[in-house]
Amino acid sequence: MSDQELSNELKTLARNGLWENNPALVQLLGLCPLLAVTGTVTNALGLGLATLLVLVGSNVTVSLVRNWVPNEVRIPVFVIVIATFVTFVELMMHAFTYGLFTALGIFIPLIVTNCAIIGRAEAYASKNPWHKAAFDGLTMGAGFALVLVLLGALREIIGQGTLFDGADLLLGSWAAGLRIELIQFDYPLLLAVLPPGAFIGMGIMIAVKNVIDRQRNEKAAQAPVEKAQRARVTSQ
Amino acid sequence: MMTSMRRNGLILAVFALVATGLLMFTQHLTADRIAAQQRNELMRTLHELIPDASYNNDLYADCTQVHAPEALGSQSQQPIYRARLHGQPVALAIRTTAPDGYSGDIHLLVAIANSGTVLGARVLEHRETPGLGDKIDVRRSDWIESFANEQVQSATDPRWEVRRDGGAFDQFSGATITPRAVINAIQRTVVWANQQQAALFALPVTCQSNSPLQEEPAHE
Repeated sequence: MSDQELSNELKTLARNGLWENNPALVQLLGLCPLLAVTGTVTNALGLGLATLLVLVGSNVTVSLVRNWVPNEVRIPVFVIVIATFVTFVELMMHAFTYGLFTALGIFIPLIVTNCAIIGRAEAYASKNPWHKAAFDGLTMGAGFALVLVLLGALREIIGQGTLFDGADLLLGSWAAGLRIELIQFDYPLLLAVLPPGAFIGMGIMIAVKNVIDRQRNEKAAQAPVEKAQRARVTSQ
Repeated sequence: MMTSMRRNGLILAVFALVATGLLMFTQHLTADRIAAQQRNELMRTLHELIPDASYNNDLYADCTQVHAPEALGSQSQQPIYRARLHGQPVALAIRTTAPDGYSGDIHLLVAIANSGTVLGARVLEHRETPGLGDKIDVRRSDWIESFANEQVQSATDPRWEVRRDGGAFDQFSGATITPRAVINAIQRTVVWANQQQAALFALPVTCQSNSPLQEEPAHE
């Protein structure tokens, strides 16, 4: 495969993971942890990174062993691989980011049940070479983490008036200074902090994405000439 | 048919074995660090409550486990850490549970000086409502600090209530059940500890070094 083809394919993967087929906004997978831990940016980032790590690890491993695993037992094998990576990440977080580990609690082991991960193993990693599978895991994980962090930021600002509260739990004591006090509330807006706020915020994010998509489609439909020109430029 | 089943079973077994091996290795590598982290966390809380200069024993190691469901609010054993200066009793740090929180148990660490005065208290674990009941957490508000240097006269001491019930401690707007549960648990613990003081200091060390205060919660 030529470099051009490869880079085009990687571009498609990136666009899929981050936008077109975003695990959280489009596939709506892994909503349980997504809605539960996005109370603050720090928690969201912690779970997002953990999921990203598991996704890349499981994608690479599944891709590497894809020729040795018979079709009949592939699902149990994927589950073993994913569970191994999740437990690995859990042990590491327990050892190195103890505060965050206690804050995220049950949602770290629950990464196992995030369908986005087994979904990528089955749909992509089991059919493609390891470097592409790694990139797919990276962009899908990044897409998921991005939604987590955005939702976390939204809820933290509205609910607590802060950003990066408790960042030192994830990044070490130097990060305590990252905490920004944006608004001073006497009474935090409970709705944003509690799970219903997560659902509403998630709904708003999906709506915004759909509006952007529609506007882009309309623009593309209105300006066919421009599009043809652009195609000629890139086709050299 | 038989051969493919055998082959698949073998492949699964190999994967399971390799995965188990890798995890055992990781667990072995991180076990010490995890234990150290848990110890540090507990030590930090202990240091916050009992002044360093007031004792000279290994507070964390001088630990005994007690079964007192009435006073400490839990059916399981609760650890008690004992501070001594040259062998003389100085203070106790007792893990206790408020079973009547708004959403489940609230686990606390209460430090009591030998004189019977409360040195302080901290919430170790809770599931109270964010924004309302979670003000018992020292990271959310300094409410829990109001117990420092307080005394309990008796189990019916009228000061040990929230203000709404005529006591000396603030409730939170929108949350009275949570502070009530914490106040009652601390009061119960202090009364019990002051009655049992001499006996508690005489108990043998029974905590394993590797089982710090956080017992594994029973996950569903």
